Amino acid sequence: MSDVKEKEPWFSAKNIELLTGPLNSKNPITVLVLGICSALAVTVKLEPAIVMAISVTVVTAFSNLIISLIRNTIPSRIRIIVQLVVIAALVILVDEVLKAYVYDVSKQLSVFVGLIITNCIVMGRLEAFALGNKPWPAFLDGIGNGLGYGLILVVLAFFRELLGSGTIFGYRVIPESFYYSNGGMYENNGLMILPPMALILVGLIIWIQRGRNRKLIEE
Amino acid sequence: MGLRSYIDKIKPNFQKGAKYGMFHSTFDAFETFLFVPNRVTTKGSHIRDSIDMKRTMTVVIVALLPALFFGMWNVGYQHALSIGESWPFWQTFFFGFLRVLPLLVVSYGVGLSVEFAFAQARGHEVNEGFLVSGLLIPLILPVDVPLWMVAIATAFAVIVGKEVFGGTGMNIFNPALLARAFLFFAYPSHMSGDKVWIDGLAKGQQVVDGFSGATPLANAAAYQLDKIPSAYDMFMGFIPGSIGETSKLAILIGAILLIITGIGSWKIIISVFGGGLVAGLLFNTLAINPYMSIPPWQHFLMGGFAFGAVFMATDPVSASQTERGKWIYGFLVGFMAILVRVLNPAYPEGMMLSILLMNAFAPLIDYYVIQGNIRRRLKRTNRVAKS
Repeated sequence: MSDVKEKEPWFSAKNIELLTGPLNSKNPITVLVLGICSALAVTVKLEPAIVMAISVTVVTAFSNLIISLIRNTIPSRIRIIVQLVVIAALVILVDEVLKAYVYDVSKQLSVFVGLIITNCIVMGRLEAFALGNKPWPAFLDGIGNGLGYGLILVVLAFFRELLGSGTIFGYRVIPESFYYSNGGMYENNGLMILPPMALILVGLIIWIQRGRNRKLIEE
Repeated sequence: MGLRSYIDKIKPNFQKGAKYGMFHSTFDAFETFLFVPNRVTTKGSHIRDSIDMKRTMTVVIVALLPALFFGMWNVGYQHALSIGESWPFWQTFFFGFLRVLPLLVVSYGVGLSVEFAFAQARGHEVNEGFLVSGLLIPLILPVDVPLWMVAIATAFAVIVGKEVFGGTGMNIFNPALLARAFLFFAYPSHMSGDKVWIDGLAKGQQVVDGFSGATPLANAAAYQLDKIPSAYDMFMGFIPGSIGETSKLAILIGAILLIITGIGSWKIIISVFGGGLVAGLLFNTLAINPYMSIPPWQHFLMGGFAFGAVFMATDPVSASQTERGKWIYGFLVGFMAILVRVLNPAYPEGMMLSILLMNAFAPLIDYYVIQGNIRRRLKRTNRVAKS
């Protein structure tokens, strides 16, 4: 399978599609409905959401790349365990880097960095794509899916942080004087901080997306 | 028949493809609101009741009116009490009327706008489900809740609770309770505590010595059983609480009307109280803390138990549909409500949560009731066939 298309350019239309597809019509969260748990858990604030998005992107991209490189040597009966070893190694790397450079965020993310190992998106892409494709497309696919995941995370976190805490990246957007406690007429929406509201927001995003892109509606 | 002929005159403008064809469903909603539709069945024969959905909803609204009017009066009465004055009847009522009216206007305004917008966008007829929800929402809120919160909660309840499932008759949760649950979790400081139930207290107004805005439920949850008002006061409704829930007498009148007309299921109402009774007696035998020792009938008089049993649990869309399922559903609603009340101090009132929980379980209950019925009848036929 290596000499079918030797001269394909690095950023051919097909490869670009691998990168941009997951942002919209092949989005891992809203279309494939993978990785919901962490999307609910880490999106209370924007900062951890973005760090999480980057971490997942890195893990997906490099595990895709590595598995794709060794795909012809993996016996198919033990492929899951091989995939897990690769993912686990990468997640530990990411976790150590986060602890070293953004310790506060790492503490906020707590167990969810470790749980990237079980994130369905990572495993799903390995199974569905990396095992049957060349390293470069697999790498692009990993980045694309990580970004698609990250996009939803950022949108969720933006609304949840803005409406739930009145801040963006920790900076106060809604002035203190608006709040009831200071004589104003505004109150933060406590439901936004709770995970159920994140699920409802994901639902609304799916609704809007399918309203705009009718091809995604199932029979 | 001036109105009828006027409607007939402007009707062609609203047909499909005509000048205002896009407002077809809006026009249709108003026409059928004013007059019984003249469409008849064209194919086959069906036995039809003269009562259609709009008439059903109207009966529920009439049944809610005693609770609404009493609630208005009680808002004024509680306010007068808090400032240590005694007002004549009309002043009391008018004060409450002016406080409740904005809630009603916001609830109906927002809810109906969303309904009309969705019906228009989808080309459906406007459903009349919101006529009742729009009245229920203010009745289960504290009087001091800010209007913009009511607006958001109503929009949320109609969109997420109803329209995403396909509109009236498709919702799995009671929309009015969903609005309340939204407010309860999103803005807890405006939905619970001792200040929100009486107009003016949350704004830091002076009260007479010894007056507390605590509801009977709050008293009970704090183990101040001696502060719980008398049974007469709680039955008549001279207590702080959500606008419509205080007077059990007004609710009883509504319940009788609903049962006589057959719109509210008496099975559900009775079994809710039955479930509450069992839970209450169960706690009485345990009696680990003072709250557990209060008699079950006191539970019925406190908070929104009676209101929920009569107007919320009986919602024909979100409740169980099968007759045996109604008993199970109602029993569990009542049981859970007392359970939440007594065991979880974070939620002084369990009625809202228990009804929403059982709304989610109603289809499951129906499924097993139907399956059980099928199995029973299969067994019977097999027995007959064998013999």
